[in-house]
Amino acid sequence: MDTPIRVMLAKVGLDGHDRGVKVVARALRDAGMDVIYTGLHRTPDEVVTAAIQEDVDVLGVSLLSGVQMTVFPKIFDRLKKEGADDMIVVAGGVMPDEDAAALKRMGVREIMLQDTPPQAIVDTLKRLVAERGPR
Amino acid sequence: MTAPVSRASSSLALVERVAAGEPAAIARMISRAESGSSEAREALARIYKRAGRAHIVGITGVPGSGKSTLVGKLAEKIRQQGGKVGIVAIDPSSPYSGGAILGDRIRMSDMATDPGVYIRSMATRGATGGMARAALDAVDILDVAGFDTVIIETVGVGQDEVEIVRASHTTIVVSAPGLGDEIQAIKAGILEIADIHVVSKCDRSDANRTLIDLKQMLMLGMTMTGPTDWQTPVIGTSSVSGTGLDELVAAIVRHRHVAFETETGRRRQLAIAHFRLRKTAENLLLERMGEAVARAAAPLADRLLRRDADPYSLANELLDTSLPGGPVHEQSARSKVAR
Ligand code: B12
Ligand SMILES: Nc1nc2c(ncn2[C@@H]2O[C@H](COP(=O)(O)OP(=O)(O)OP(=O)(O)O)[C@@H](O)[C@H]2O)c(=O)[nH]1
Ligand SMILES: [Mg+2]
Repeated sequence: MDTPIRVMLAKVGLDGHDRGVKVVARALRDAGMDVIYTGLHRTPDEVVTAAIQEDVDVLGVSLLSGVQMTVFPKIFDRLKKEGADDMIVVAGGVMPDEDAAALKRMGVREIMLQDTPPQAIVDTLKRLVAERGPR
Repeated sequence: MTAPVSRASSSLALVERVAAGEPAAIARMISRAESGSSEAREALARIYKRAGRAHIVGITGVPGSGKSTLVGKLAEKIRQQGGKVGIVAIDPSSPYSGGAILGDRIRMSDMATDPGVYIRSMATRGATGGMARAALDAVDILDVAGFDTVIIETVGVGQDEVEIVRASHTTIVVSAPGLGDEIQAIKAGILEIADIHVVSKCDRSDANRTLIDLKQMLMLGMTMTGPTDWQTPVIGTSSVSGTGLDELVAAIVRHRHVAFETETGRRRQLAIAHFRLRKTAENLLLERMGEAVARAAAPLADRLLRRDADPYSLANELLDTSLPGGPVHEQSARSKVAR
């Protein structure tokens, strides 16, 4: 049976910009994915706990507040500690190029910033999940 | 550090880790149940045999009546009393794309990192009755993982397609003020399925009207049924002020006793088993039919379009040709020979 791709979209910290993440949520839903949105103001711990319980294929973090370099290390630490190593982590929002490069080295698979067409996000997630293979 | 749960982990190998309560193992097991993979069947069989301790509480009510918020508050209360709570929250899939935005969880975020609360969102994926196909497997998995109360939140139901009552020990029907003049449960025909009635949002001034209306409706119905082990209470709650939550938890605990210790409860459990068996058989049937039907249907649809035969006969023919195990319908089997 074909199961829809499961995605968690997360907003972390004080960042209140949720327009983009809602656009992404709708695009993914319309592409046939199951989307779980955490709502605003979650902690990295809350996000990872939820992502593990939901066993999402992709954890997508939306950040427009500039705190990416403190948030992602926490997320990867927790994922590893819980044994959820095969979760695909991606990021979106607004951030400088050098941060994006550093995050990629840390394990963030793709970073999709302003003006990324929703269809491109859909295609990227489908590709990442296909590359990983079934669970 | 926990050993990774990867796609290389066999479902059987996950069973003990589920029983030990490892979140990632529980999560993956539920995913495999959802995907319906045959690899998981033996593991799910073992889980089923070990399950049966948890109190299964179903919560239903029209969209927006406050179910998710209430489930979050209930979980908090049950935690305070030392219980562990598993939650299966079901939302509808879009009939157009097949995708879903699963929004129940947002309303339950107060206990977001408490290991004694496990929340799993599920999409209906075309299943009717307000339930997802793997919801009951998920309940078993959470049960074996040590969650002693498992709450199922159905999609906001409309008409009488409410399967929750046939799957849970205790069914709570939530009505809310401000969603129309009539008690929604009456309109939806689900008044009778409640073991406990909740009128939510009692912080609102119009809630009292809803409470009174509902109680009156129930009084009218009461004369029809004889005395039982259980009097269905009507409880006003507010997830904002906390009103009624303790009373609701107490009612749930009392009904747990009915479900597990009385003759009424035993009958209910047997009915649940019947339902489960039938539902599983239905799903198996659909699964087995799936591809075969897809292949056999094209020429039959063609004949239907030409009005060569009627839908009923052709549907029978379709089943006869595509179901393993031969014709299910004797008469049409004979008519096939005759042709
Ligand atoms: C609209 C806006 C606001 C609105 C937000 C409304 C809302 N509910 O979202 C309001 C006015 C409230 C606001 C407030 C603030 N803002 Co403002 N805001 C913007 C603005 C102009 C546009 C953001 C937007 O909505 N874009 C449209 C959406 C569709 O795009 P998007 O969010 O980028 O999303 C796309 C991609 O990034 C990607 N994406 C997004 N999330 C995800 C997630 C995943 C998983 C994936 C794959 C992709 C993805 O997909 C989307 C589609 O392409 C940006 C400037 C800019 N050009 O980005 C500043 C901006 C983000 N804000 C900024 C600031 C500083 C603030 C304030 C602190 C200002 C202040 N001093 O009060 C406050 C903070 C509020 C808070 N609590 O967070 C700065 C952030 C600087 C930084 N990060 O270092 C920016 C960049 C402006 C600037 N150049 O200085 N803001
Ligand atoms: N005033 C008041 N509002 C409430 C209460 N409980 C929930 N709400 C609000 O009612 C709306 C719906 O709440 P949910 O908990 O999402 O309702 P639901 O029944 O789970 O909704 P669906 O899952 O979409 O069917 C939200 O805006 C809540 O904030 C309450 O006790 N009082
Ligand atoms: Mg809900």
